[in-house]
Amino acid sequence: MKILVSLKRVIDYNVRVRIKPDGSGVIRDGVKMSINPFDEIALEEALRIRERGEAQEIIVVAIGGQENQQQLRTGLAMGADRAILVETEIELEPLPIARALKVLIEREAPQLIMMGKQAIDNDNNQTGQMLAALWDRPQATFVSELTLTDGTATAVREVDAGLEVIKVELPAVITSDLRLNEPRYVKLPEIMKAKKKPLETIPLTELGVSSKNQFTVISMEPPAQRQKGVMVDSVAALVQALRDRGLA
Amino acid sequence: MSRVLIVAEHDGNQLNPSTAKCVTCAKSFSPDSIDIVVLAADSQQIANQAATLSGVNTVIRVDRASNAAPLAAVLAPQVSELALKYTHVLGPSTTFGKDLMPRVAALLGVGQLSDIMSIDNAYKFKRPIYAGNVIITVVASEEQIVVATVRTASYDASEPTNQAMIETRSLTTDLPEHTQFIELRSNSGNERPDLQTAAQVVSGGRALGSTENFKMVYELADTIGAAVGASRAAVDSGYVGNELQVGQTGKIIAPDLYIALGISGAIQHLTGMKDSGTIVAINKDSEAPIFEIADFGLAVDLFSAVPELIEELKKQP
Repeated sequence: MKILVSLKRVIDYNVRVRIKPDGSGVIRDGVKMSINPFDEIALEEALRIRERGEAQEIIVVAIGGQENQQQLRTGLAMGADRAILVETEIELEPLPIARALKVLIEREAPQLIMMGKQAIDNDNNQTGQMLAALWDRPQATFVSELTLTDGTATAVREVDAGLEVIKVELPAVITSDLRLNEPRYVKLPEIMKAKKKPLETIPLTELGVSSKNQFTVISMEPPAQRQKGVMVDSVAALVQALRDRGLA
Repeated sequence: MSRVLIVAEHDGNQLNPSTAKCVTCAKSFSPDSIDIVVLAADSQQIANQAATLSGVNTVIRVDRASNAAPLAAVLAPQVSELALKYTHVLGPSTTFGKDLMPRVAALLGVGQLSDIMSIDNAYKFKRPIYAGNVIITVVASEEQIVVATVRTASYDASEPTNQAMIETRSLTTDLPEHTQFIELRSNSGNERPDLQTAAQVVSGGRALGSTENFKMVYELADTIGAAVGASRAAVDSGYVGNELQVGQTGKIIAPDLYIALGISGAIQHLTGMKDSGTIVAINKDSEAPIFEIADFGLAVDLFSAVPELIEELKKQP
């Protein structure tokens, strides 16, 4: 069985994101970039599936500019077998991303497509679901536990009401939630080894997918700031403050 | 001419309050009509509830045995079939809506907007990105159906003062059989207010230290009739179930009063509660970032403060 894992390059989750003075975007120059943490969890799960002998090959995919090689190499160092970069300089919305992944699926015929439930930059939470729709295959989103048996996957999903269990036939799209696993640390020898693993670049145009986006971002601004409050010195003072606001 | 279709969220018996918030969102750009679709095994009771929501024209019932569980793969083809008569299709930005709406959009061949928090006009929206640290204004093409999820914390529920028409529709859409619902495991009973809609919420963090100690959070919540929430750290530590997590990847809420106990205030948590009316933080670390956004901060040990707070709140003013 083959597993395809898609990795998005995002501003590292520890970085405090700042908007450019002209509001045209966020500052990326000199900012640390990483694999979207949810995607890293998806890759970790794929690696564990292979380590259990339930999969043979793991392919990591990124869509974007050449700088994405960095994240793909990290994926290879974590243990993926080979990498594909779908190259485009345009920052694509989830629908064209899903269309590109769909073409790769036709080429590679994986049984599982895994990715994070959302990327921490645009917080869209869409790509996996869109891919499953275009492919006409099952989706298991927000997954915190995954078991494979006889051509099916049983997924425990983190939903608002608790944990939902569903069973899907393979091939299927799985999107990972935070508690699925804790990704491994990459060791130096693995980084060296990863440099020799195959990384193929395919121009987006070669996949026959349009890079046309549907939405236009016309401005970016910081959220409304809360007024800084006060420190109270006792529980009694806190209760009084709440009573003054009619909240206790 | 804009016509809105809202996909109702429900548990098979009761309409979820997120649907009433989607109605308010839709009303905010004054469309020509707002319809709600209820997909269920037996939708009668839910449809009756939906019909009371102010601003709704028609509630469409689609009853099919396969609609018993909220499976996106099963619901999406039916919603996308109905969607063709509308300019906008909205669902709540809950796990239900986030699972379903992108699938609907892709079947329609259009993109999707996530978490809309305000609407300037029928094709111009505001939404948060980067865990709420950036707000973007987005313009959608008027040529295509707008499919979107609504950030429920940004809207009040539409009032139940209406009596909309209810019509039954039978759809013959082919439905996939590759996805099977097994079960829903829920840890929290119904004895407390719902976290997503409660007017008051008490949340606990890592500093509680154990499941046993977390009972203190429940006790304070019960004293004031509040719902219980938690930080990711408290859920990861196993003190409470995932359904109580507040934050970027958990629930995003805006109660009138939010009391944070032993929560340091990582941005991922703050994004889930910073729209609350009044924020109270109790944390012994006076440098904790939660105090940056708290209206009232108390930098003391919560194990002494919380029992005292419970006693004080029980006293009549």
